[in-house]
Amino acid sequence: MTILFRRTRALEAQIDQFLDAVSEGCLVFEKGVDDYLRHDEPSFEERRKAIGVFEGKADALRREVETRLYAESLIPDHRGDVLGLLENLDNVIDQAKQTLGQFEVERPEIPEELAPDYLALARACVQATQHLVDSCRAFFREITAVRSHIHKVYFFEKEADRLADGLKRKIFAMDLELARKIHLRYFCFHVETLSDRAEGVADRLAIYTIKRTI
Amino acid sequence: MSWLFLTSGLFLGWSLGANDAANLFGTAVATRMLKFRTAALVGGVFVVIGAWAGAQGTSETLGRLGTIDAPAGAFVVALAAAAAVVLLLTRSGLPVSITQAIVGAILGWNLFNGKATDLKTLTQLLSSWLLSPLLAGLIAAGLFLVARRFLQRRRVHLLEVDAWTRTALLVVGAFGAFSLGLNDIANVMGVFVRVSPFPAETAIGPLRFTSVELLFLLGGIAIAVGIATYSGRVMVRLGSGLASLSPLAGLLVVLAAGLVLFIFGSPALQRLLRTAGLPGWPLVPVSATQAVVGAIVGTALVRRSGIRLKPLGQIAIGWVAAPAAALVFALVGLFVVQNVFELPVSATPRPAAGARVVAGSAS
Repeated sequence: MTILFRRTRALEAQIDQFLDAVSEGCLVFEKGVDDYLRHDEPSFEERRKAIGVFEGKADALRREVETRLYAESLIPDHRGDVLGLLENLDNVIDQAKQTLGQFEVERPEIPEELAPDYLALARACVQATQHLVDSCRAFFREITAVRSHIHKVYFFEKEADRLADGLKRKIFAMDLELARKIHLRYFCFHVETLSDRAEGVADRLAIYTIKRTI
Repeated sequence: MSWLFLTSGLFLGWSLGANDAANLFGTAVATRMLKFRTAALVGGVFVVIGAWAGAQGTSETLGRLGTIDAPAGAFVVALAAAAAVVLLLTRSGLPVSITQAIVGAILGWNLFNGKATDLKTLTQLLSSWLLSPLLAGLIAAGLFLVARRFLQRRRVHLLEVDAWTRTALLVVGAFGAFSLGLNDIANVMGVFVRVSPFPAETAIGPLRFTSVELLFLLGGIAIAVGIATYSGRVMVRLGSGLASLSPLAGLLVVLAAGLVLFIFGSPALQRLLRTAGLPGWPLVPVSATQAVVGAIVGTALVRRSGIRLKPLGQIAIGWVAAPAAALVFALVGLFVVQNVFELPVSATPRPAAGARVVAGSAS
């Protein structure tokens, strides 16, 4: 029995490691935004490098899992769904990495009074990604629990929308140059995109879950 | 000459292997959970074992329906059944079964030779045709509910379910092939039991085979050849068309159908039931295809995924069309063989005109 499941267990572990990488990468994103807003430059730089490592690890694991699923003709009826799921999850951590990179390159000047709003927005987005990772874990092990996690993804995505809307209104109500306002709005949009990506994956997962019932 | 007469039975066996065995491994091969080569090898081996083990089983029931006692008669009966199946399958696509066709052909032989038909056996056969898809549906529905609850409670990983299913498809397919051989060998070789060209006992190495065992072994090999040479194409067509079953659902369907074939074909199970003081199940050849369709309908009902009524209607049409076509073919064939080739189709000639045939009184 051990021989029969040895290869399966190794692949299960790789999928879990991939999900861990996505989850930790998104948590690092939140910390990175916090560091940037607090002007803690060394810590921000450390987070930016760390998210790159998590993104690279997730990429490598995804490719390995995909290759093994095809090479060993595993889960023929769900292979396409699982591959789609992993690729879209990979896009989530890619988005987090890109956004943190844009903070580093463009150095937006965020007024002190807007810092809590940016942080709250980043937290809501990261909450959405964490519940998304939980729903993906449930998809593999506990199909009945997927719905409750997806429901939370949708909740935090809406919360992020609400916070982003409020933040944009605040930005454009401030006495700032138009170019700076647009720049600040642009970063609000970048952070918010993370929750939109999470919502997109959750939508796909909801369909995959229906298909997974025997 | 008597060897030549066996060819129609062997053709019937080949056709059974090509079509009915595809039901057992169709989902597994079409979804690439199993390689065709593995499925054909396992299916072939276990169908031969089942056929050999079935020497005492369902053929006795068919023997009671009509005791065909001339090689040419047996040849025509098997050929008529094969012709009816091939015609109805290829021309109309009905899920007809050799099981039903052979009964029609035997009735044709009885009619042609003025033999009485044992109505009790006929009723037993007819009721089993109705019962087998129903029972398969019931078993499949039960298995489906148990499997679903188990998977929900144990939180088994998708990949582990896949690994289990892959192994189980092979094991259950082997069991299904064994049951197919056990149950359906009577359809293929049952009519030749009385006219077997083999001596009463044959020694092959250390093994000793009775005439019937050797006959059924040969039939089993014909089924295995059918699996190896032609069932691959049928498996892919059937597996991808069977209500797009998932490998796990396919596994439960095959298990249910295999159990039904085993229940209706195993003398050992019958003895066990009788020993335990329970009523013995009649040993009757039933259709693997129809058991599979019954099982699919059973799972569909439990899943509330909706069922198409067309396959059920087609089964019902097959119950009438297959025996009717085989009966007509048998009558025509027997007439030609007796009057054109001048070969006796029965050892006991037809009673003189006007003689009254009483049910159950024929020798």
